[in-house]
Amino acid sequence: MTDSNPVNDQELPNDGLTYPDTEYYCKTRPVPVAPHFQAMEQVRNWARANSLSVQAFGTGCGAVELRPLLTARYDAYRFGVMPSPTPRQSCVFVIGGYASVKTLKRIVVSYEQMQNPKFVVALGSCTVNGGMYWDSYNTINRIDHYIPVDLYISGCMPRPEALLAGFVKLKELIKAGKCEGANKYAENFDWYKANQKKIIKDWNMPDYNW
Amino acid sequence: MKQLFERLRPLFAVTDFKQQRADLAFMHIPKDYAEMLIRHLRDHEGFSHLVFFTAVDYIEDGIFRLIYMLHNYETKDTLGVHVDLSRTEAVMTSIHPLWEQAALYQRELKEMFGIDFPGSPGVDEGFMLEGWDEIPPMRREFDTRAYSEKTFFPREGRKKTDPRAHMQEQLYPNEGEK
Repeated sequence: MTDSNPVNDQELPNDGLTYPDTEYYCKTRPVPVAPHFQAMEQVRNWARANSLSVQAFGTGCGAVELRPLLTARYDAYRFGVMPSPTPRQSCVFVIGGYASVKTLKRIVVSYEQMQNPKFVVALGSCTVNGGMYWDSYNTINRIDHYIPVDLYISGCMPRPEALLAGFVKLKELIKAGKCEGANKYAENFDWYKANQKKIIKDWNMPDYNW
Repeated sequence: MKQLFERLRPLFAVTDFKQQRADLAFMHIPKDYAEMLIRHLRDHEGFSHLVFFTAVDYIEDGIFRLIYMLHNYETKDTLGVHVDLSRTEAVMTSIHPLWEQAALYQRELKEMFGIDFPGSPGVDEGFMLEGWDEIPPMRREFDTRAYSEKTFFPREGRKKTDPRAHMQEQLYPNEGEK
């Protein structure tokens, strides 16, 4: 679709890497994926919505809510939500509360390694506007300036029930074809990258981790 | 604890003894004798455990106050040793020969307050803040709010209205005092 777009043909500079590492990572940008015809896309979205794999990466205090949620007490498997061990095997990234600059670096790496289509659920008030850490020197205020967010669950902390309600809502959004975070990231790649590089001062990783 | 202070007074320049609780006391010592005092406390008075080691920024007085918190397992006493450093020349003797784990506290103090401990292992390496290029963030002249607003894309706050004026405008636009 966007192969004719000259911006997407440019190689990424990978300025943060030194010599042997520059050979190990690809230099191509993410490319937006055009949807199939409507009926096909509806079937796919139905399938996507009913098998959500949550990445096992707790990024803040909200990560404690994921343990009861995914295990026997609240058992999110009833809703087709299951844990998965690595970014490459998962499609839902739950940002568990506040993210410091140091964590954001890992969030960006993990998010970029996830396969399309990928969805981000941001949890807690810290991801919305910084929450109680709004004036902290190392906690970011808005996660949606660094990675695209499909759904916010407010609260400090939201209970596992709120997360279940959030997952139900996420499934509705996926079925309606409104969760296009990966395409949004690919289309606005330069904007996201500029925001990330503004606060991650020691950028020593590839520009696109795939 | 008072007896301990009386024992130490002829030997070291300790001042400002303050008994906080029956098992908790503080005393002050000039910078140059601090390491000697702490070594003496560890080797001869049984304060074998370094509970924590931190600093407080008293910007009004132009000092950093280091607090060495020591614990004696025999008597169950805890003793805080205060040492004042000038903010302009924030260099202190390292105590990593006494307790190895002090090197980690010193690394943190170097990064968060800019207090240097020459010779302490790894003191110049980053501790937590990756790629920090401002003044150390726990110094009180560092304006964390201004830094956050400058850096982290603050979301605009909720729109507020004065309830009285708002309701008057909504319900009685032509009545009442303006």
